[in-house]
Amino acid sequence: MQQAVSLSADASRGPEPGGSASGAIRRGSSSGVLGDAIFAGACRAAGVFVLLLLGAIILQLFLGGLDAFRAFGLGFVTGTDWDPVQEVFGAGVSIYGTVVTAVLALVIAVPVAFGIAFYLTELAPEWLRRPVGTAIELLAAVPSIIYGMWGFFLIVPFMSMHLQPLIIDTIGTLPVIGELFAGPPFGTGILTAALILAIMVLPFIAATMRDVFLTVPPVFKESAYGLGCTQWEVVRNVVLPYTRVSVVGGIMLGLGRALGETMAVTFVIGNANRISTSLFGPGNTIASVVALEFGEATMGSLKLSALLGLGFILFVISFIVLSISRLLLRQRLKG
Amino acid sequence: MSATTLHPASGPAKDLRVAAALGRRRRATTTVIKVACYAATAIGLLLLLSILGTLVWNGGSAISLRVFTDVTKPPGSDGGLLNPIIGSLIQTSIGTLIGTPIGLLVGTYLAEYAKSSPLANAVRFVSDILLSAPSILIGLFVYQSLVVPMGGFSGWAGCAALAIIVIPVVVRTTEDMLRLLPDTLREAVIALGAPKWKMITLVCWRAAASGIVTGVLLAVARVAGETAPLLFTSLGNLNWSLSLGAPMSSLPITIYSYAGSPYPDWIALAWAGALIITLGVLGLNIVARSLLRGRK
Repeated sequence: MQQAVSLSADASRGPEPGGSASGAIRRGSSSGVLGDAIFAGACRAAGVFVLLLLGAIILQLFLGGLDAFRAFGLGFVTGTDWDPVQEVFGAGVSIYGTVVTAVLALVIAVPVAFGIAFYLTELAPEWLRRPVGTAIELLAAVPSIIYGMWGFFLIVPFMSMHLQPLIIDTIGTLPVIGELFAGPPFGTGILTAALILAIMVLPFIAATMRDVFLTVPPVFKESAYGLGCTQWEVVRNVVLPYTRVSVVGGIMLGLGRALGETMAVTFVIGNANRISTSLFGPGNTIASVVALEFGEATMGSLKLSALLGLGFILFVISFIVLSISRLLLRQRLKG
Repeated sequence: MSATTLHPASGPAKDLRVAAALGRRRRATTTVIKVACYAATAIGLLLLLSILGTLVWNGGSAISLRVFTDVTKPPGSDGGLLNPIIGSLIQTSIGTLIGTPIGLLVGTYLAEYAKSSPLANAVRFVSDILLSAPSILIGLFVYQSLVVPMGGFSGWAGCAALAIIVIPVVVRTTEDMLRLLPDTLREAVIALGAPKWKMITLVCWRAAASGIVTGVLLAVARVAGETAPLLFTSLGNLNWSLSLGAPMSSLPITIYSYAGSPYPDWIALAWAGALIITLGVLGLNIVARSLLRGRK
């Protein structure tokens, strides 16, 4: 493209008769070459800036956490003590909480998201698809702090007064599974956090699934319908096999979101640094620990370094999950 | 087709009763799953309604003119939310003003210059990672790179954190929108002898304007509700202050600290703030979407 422009500029310079006109054209073309160089340079610089930005984020978090990594070594990742008074910091509990809440959230969210995507692509009448789809997407736009407040003032009382007593009385009496639902019904805890996270990632997963379901060529589905398949059989045997990779990509995208969610989780998880066997027990996640304890950490302290180290660990986990998600999604949505 | 659903081996055509039973079973399975899908969609819609209902119920009764005209005050003395609202407006606007040009240039670079070169793929990948990266980490990053060197929390640091979140949103929509333009449009401009930068700024950007504006609006909506990145950057400030060099109040941070307080009037104010911010964010989203629809 660059070459074509300069070629045309050369050609226009030659046979121009009028002096003033050729001057005008030359000025125009030289500003074109210079302008092109500046503009292309600016665009490229902005692109490189984004690359550097991510590099700087990783580097800053790593350097910030270096003191903690040095002080505790591998024990920083595996250790389960978090004792600011003794200055002993281990990320084990919060890593556990982060992973458990995020995975539980997916277990709850994925079936519902699939149902919504199935509804939006196959079942809903044409005129309802757009408004319902928009409503689900709006769920993704609600700020995280609002989910936190809503969860804290509405879901937590509901959990402690209705859902948790019900579960304790029914499933909680079973021999082995009951252990998972033991303990007093405080309302807050791992399960509530997972529930709120599930609601928050639901729209992302549902929207991605809908988008990839729509990439299935209609001919495939029509041939299956032509064989006498029902709607469910078409989705199960044609749509899902065709989009399997991208569906997993969408789920990974939801996982990436759930791992780093901060404000909503901080409101409802109960914030205690321990691993309990019961899902009703309190816990914490990397993001909630950082958000809550940052205010008490003074500049240059080991605690601050430990919090930045936690941030680095979270970044590495999210980076891996999001990279996988992107690799899986790219094939379908870009193609 | 899989054997589990059609059972070709059992020869449905030979035995009409078996065939009818199989058909009934297949239809029943489909019906059960369809009902479950209707229920799933209903759950999704009910959740949105529940959130909006709770906000309107709790926030509506707490909202009054005082909320918009009075500054934050100690509990029990009839404060408002003026300084958080102004602080949020300032930080969101400056963050957007910084982030949008960068995002626009990156999106242009990806769509018009580099396309699918290795560098472009790397930039696209990194931008997508930034789009979904935990926002609290952006806050930690800005804390390390701006707050510590500058010696304290400041409104500027908050703006910088929000700008970093704006960039990838604008990159994605700008690239997508520019890619939708037909190449014949570009060829027509080049054939007139216009340099490439004029082609992009005067023709491509204009043709994609509504899409790009949509991206910016979505970015504004995203950062307006961000709390985590502001915790360690602009910190929040309960006193009236318009200085960007000092800690600055913001609506999400004020909601966060008020909602966790034991004072009923502060909690009521938090609901009022939550209602304001949610209506603003959802309103922006709806405007952005309708802009895009008008274009197609």
